[in-house]
Amino acid sequence: MARNVSTQRKIVVTVVAWTIGILIFFPILWTFLTSFKTEAEAIASPPSLFFFDWTTENYHEVQSRSNYFLHFMNSVVVSFGSTLIGLIIAIPSAWAMAFSPTKRTKDVLMWMLSTKMMPSVGVLVPMYLMFRNTGLLDTRTGLVIVLTLINLPIIIWMLYTYFKEIPGEILEAARMDGASLSKEIIYVLTPMAIPGIASTLLLNIILAWNEAFWTLNLSAAKAAPLTAFIASYSSPEGLFYAKLSAASTMAIAPILILGWFSQKQLVRGLTFGAVK
Amino acid sequence: MGSITLSKVSKVFGAHAVIPSIDLDINNGEFVVFVGPSGCGKSTLLRLIAGLEDVSDGDIVIDGKNATELPPAQRGLSMVFQSYALYPHMSVRSNIAFPLKMAGEDKAVIDKKVTDAARVLNLTDYLDRKPRQLSGGQRQRVAIGRAIVRQPKAFLFDEPLSNLDAALRVNMRLEISQLHQDLKTTMIYVTHDQVEAMTMADKIVVLNRGRIEQVGSPLDLYHKPDNLFVAGFIGSPRMNIVSGPAAAAYQAHTMGIRPEHLALSKESGTWQGTVGVAEHLGSDTFLHVNVDGGVGTVTARVSGDFAVTHGDRVFLTPDPQRVHRFDEKGLAVR
Repeated sequence: MARNVSTQRKIVVTVVAWTIGILIFFPILWTFLTSFKTEAEAIASPPSLFFFDWTTENYHEVQSRSNYFLHFMNSVVVSFGSTLIGLIIAIPSAWAMAFSPTKRTKDVLMWMLSTKMMPSVGVLVPMYLMFRNTGLLDTRTGLVIVLTLINLPIIIWMLYTYFKEIPGEILEAARMDGASLSKEIIYVLTPMAIPGIASTLLLNIILAWNEAFWTLNLSAAKAAPLTAFIASYSSPEGLFYAKLSAASTMAIAPILILGWFSQKQLVRGLTFGAVK
Repeated sequence: MGSITLSKVSKVFGAHAVIPSIDLDINNGEFVVFVGPSGCGKSTLLRLIAGLEDVSDGDIVIDGKNATELPPAQRGLSMVFQSYALYPHMSVRSNIAFPLKMAGEDKAVIDKKVTDAARVLNLTDYLDRKPRQLSGGQRQRVAIGRAIVRQPKAFLFDEPLSNLDAALRVNMRLEISQLHQDLKTTMIYVTHDQVEAMTMADKIVVLNRGRIEQVGSPLDLYHKPDNLFVAGFIGSPRMNIVSGPAAAAYQAHTMGIRPEHLALSKESGTWQGTVGVAEHLGSDTFLHVNVDGGVGTVTARVSGDFAVTHGDRVFLTPDPQRVHRFDEKGLAVR
C-alpha cells in the first residue's frame, strides 16, 4: 500500500529538493556564465547573473593561448587507458574473490581499500623521484600507470560487489546443463556481468578524468591533461576569472556529456547491492 | 535407464559430518522424495547425486556406472532449483534450448525439442519473453522445460515449489506428478513438506541429521513408522505421542495414536478431557483436547458435523488396532 503523502509535505520536499539541486549545480552554472563575460564583468561587484554583454572572446583567447586538443587527447588517453588496464587486472581478481573466496578475502579487500585512506601527498616525493629516475615524468604512460594504481582498489571493489550479486545457483544450473568452464563464462557469466562492468568503466573514466593531484604534479607540458590546462589559467600574475571559466567549461564539457548519456548506468553503479 | 545406487556415501564439511554414511537404492522410473526438517542434509544429498558437491567417501552409481568422480554434466541428470535459476538475460526459448546447445545438437533438432517441451508445459505463447516477465509458476515451468529437453536419466528437484503460493503449489504438484506418469523417468524430489512427500512419492526417504530414518511407500510410513521421528514427521496433523501410565496401559514405553484414529464421545471413553481449541475446516474438525491424568494435549480429527466447542467435556478412545507402540529408544514395537 502506498503511503499517504500530504500536499503540504509534497511542497516542502519539492522546494527542499530543488534548493539543494540548484545549490549543487550553481558553481557549474556560474562558471559557464562567467566564461561568457569580459574579465572586468567577471570580477564586478555586485555581479550580474544574466544581464551582461555576452562574448565568446574568452574561448578565442584560450584557444589561441593553449593547445586544447592536445590536453583533451591526453585526458582521453589517460582516463580511458588507466580504466581499461584497471579493468583487465580487476576483472579476474574480483571474479576470484567473489566466486572462490578464502578466509583472507575480506582482509585483502580491506587492505586494498586502506590504501585509499592515505593522503596522496604523503607519497608525493618518493613517487616523483621514482618517476624522474625511470623517465616517466610528463609522459602519458606514467600518468596511465599512476591512475591505474590509484583507481584499482575502487574498480575491484565495485566489480566484487557486482559479481557477488550473481546467484551461485545459476552457475550451478549451467554446470548441470553441460556448460564447460569456458562456455559458462561466455554464455552465462559475462552477459550477466556486463552491466556491472559497464558502470564500473564509466565511473572510473570520470574519476580518472577529474583526478588532479597526480596529473598536476607528474606532468608539465607534453602529457598534461585538461586538469593542467585549467590550472594554467590560475597564474601567479593574477586570476583571470573569465578565461579560467572558459577553460573549465571546455574541460568539463566532454565528461558532463558522457555522464548525461550514461546516467542510468552510473546510478546503478553507485547503488550496487543497495536493493535486492 | 535411470537407477541410482548410493553406497556408504558421506559428506563432511570441516569437522562436521553433514551426512555420516548413507546407503540407498533408487530404481528406474521411481518417484523418490527426500523429506526431513531443515538442516537434515536432504539438499546436500541431492547435490552429491548431482555432482555439485564432492562426496567425502563412498560411491554413487548411476545406471550401473560409477559416477562418483564425474562432473555434473556427464552424469546425465537434470536439476530444477528452488530459485528456478533461469538465465535472466536469455529468452524462455534460449533458456530451454541451453542444455541442447551445450550438447552441440543440431539447430533443427533443438527447435523441435523446444517447441515440444513448450507445448507440454503450456509455454508456447511465452517463448520470446524474458524470465523477469513471467510469473512464479511460469518460471518454474521454464525450469522444468530446461530439465526435460535433455531427456535425462533422472530429474532432481530441489524444493521446487517452496517459492510459490499455496494454490499454485497444489497445481504444480499435480503437474509434476502428471509429468512423471507421462515420462516415466526417475525423479528425486527434495522437500520439507510432508504433504508433498505423501502425495507425490512412490518411495519416501525420511532423513534426520544426515541419516536415513526410514525408506518406504507413503502408506508404509503412515501405517508402520519405524520410530518416533518418522511417526511424528509423517501425517498431518501430527501423531499424538503419549508416554507414562497412559502408554503403559498399551504395553509400551511411548504410544502414538493418529488424530484420525481417536473416537470421540460425549458419554464414555478411555480418556476424558476438556476441548481447548476446535478448528473447524468444514469437512473435518480438529479438536485440541486437554486430557486429564497426565496425558496432556491430544489432537483428534472428527467429522465436521460434530458440534463441539471450547470448554466442552469429551471422551476420547484410541482405536486399539491403530495404536503405535515404541520402546525406550523410540523404536517401534510390533
